[in-house]
Amino acid sequence: MLFGYHWDTAHGEWAFALSILPMLLRGLLVTLEASVVGFFVAMVLGLILAVLKGARSRLVSWPATFVTEFIRDTPLLVQLFFLYYVLPDYGIVLPAFLTGALALGIQYSAYTSEVYRAGIEAVEPGQHEAAKALDIPPGRTFTHIVLPQAVPRVIPALGNYLVSIMKDVPVLSVVTVLEMLNVAKIIGDQTFDYLVPLSMVGGLYLILTLVASAFVRFVDVSLPKRGLPLR
Amino acid sequence: MHWVEFLKPLSEGAWVTIQLTVYSTILGAVMAFASGIGKLSPNWFIKGASVVYIEIFRGTSLLVQLFWLYFALPIAGDALGIDLRLPPVVAGVLALGLNIGAYGAEVVRGAIQAVSRNQYEAARALNFTPRQALWRIALPQAIPEMMPSFSNLAVQNLKDTALASLISLSDLAFKAEQLRNFYQNSETIYTIILFMYFGMALVLTAMMRILESSVGRWRRARR
Repeated sequence: MLFGYHWDTAHGEWAFALSILPMLLRGLLVTLEASVVGFFVAMVLGLILAVLKGARSRLVSWPATFVTEFIRDTPLLVQLFFLYYVLPDYGIVLPAFLTGALALGIQYSAYTSEVYRAGIEAVEPGQHEAAKALDIPPGRTFTHIVLPQAVPRVIPALGNYLVSIMKDVPVLSVVTVLEMLNVAKIIGDQTFDYLVPLSMVGGLYLILTLVASAFVRFVDVSLPKRGLPLR
Repeated sequence: MHWVEFLKPLSEGAWVTIQLTVYSTILGAVMAFASGIGKLSPNWFIKGASVVYIEIFRGTSLLVQLFWLYFALPIAGDALGIDLRLPPVVAGVLALGLNIGAYGAEVVRGAIQAVSRNQYEAARALNFTPRQALWRIALPQAIPEMMPSFSNLAVQNLKDTALASLISLSDLAFKAEQLRNFYQNSETIYTIILFMYFGMALVLTAMMRILESSVGRWRRARR
């Protein structure tokens, strides 16, 4: 029994598959929640890293570059263990779900920071010059000229990382987060049938990523390529 | 316990990680070229098989694939009357290699398609067979284009090997977990292995750069 649902092992494979579907969907919900929280952390942290990396002072930009490289070159699993076991030593005790989402966010912030940087750098230098010629202050140039043009380039790339994050959520099962794969594993441990639950997880993942990718493509196509309209 | 004493057991784990990375990267490269070229094949069967392989392995999570090969495949084999129980090493290398190969396939396909049409027309005008055009005209131009992406994928693969510790392969992450259970010194142990993974990634990136300049030799010769 899991989440109040019972599995049916007596009436063949299909009845079994049908009986565990609600449990897997509960797990899927957790997977989606973790993806969204992780993605949010990655977007915010990535923006901070991107700004620090672009700083004029090397005292700021070099450590930021090193941190990004370090995060990018080390495994999510190990970062997750590090957060899960080391943070409590410093008095920071988070629930497993939040630790997991935080680890996902940190790992992907290294990737999103590159996306932001590329998006901002892709705005033509002529735009900066024109803004300067029109006497628009630097802060306003960034928010009103550069960002609206950078956003349509950045969003699709960020969306692809959201799909990647979804595929990395199963790693969170090692710190007892009950996402879809962990649910399937538990069902397998108890019923001695891994084939059905694990195959179903594979199928559900395929559907999930296909839908998510289609959605990202839809957003990509519907964004105005020349920049967001200001009003 | 002083941190230096952790280095010996951890380096044993690192050696397993290196072997896993090498074998699965080789398998991944083979799969990437086979299915990347296969996806461009005019033969519908080869094309279909390549597309299905790429979509399945890119569309699902690596950990799901790993668990499926390790836990579910033996049961499927049982139902068919064949013994498909894989040792952890085989399951690990298979899952890692097949997964990274599917990502690599898209890189291979993209790079081959990016070769200018004129090159194929010229090859045809010079009476090259399609196979010769692929091996002697398209690939030598496409491979250097693939290298930066391959370098990222190789590092990705190195990081992914950590997941193999979850099917009881005694790689670096597994050794760290063992030591942590024994000494309860998580901060030191995990800091060390984070830097070990970082170091391995830097070496791997450097090696890929050497490979990149080696496959791109002909470009410099021309200029």
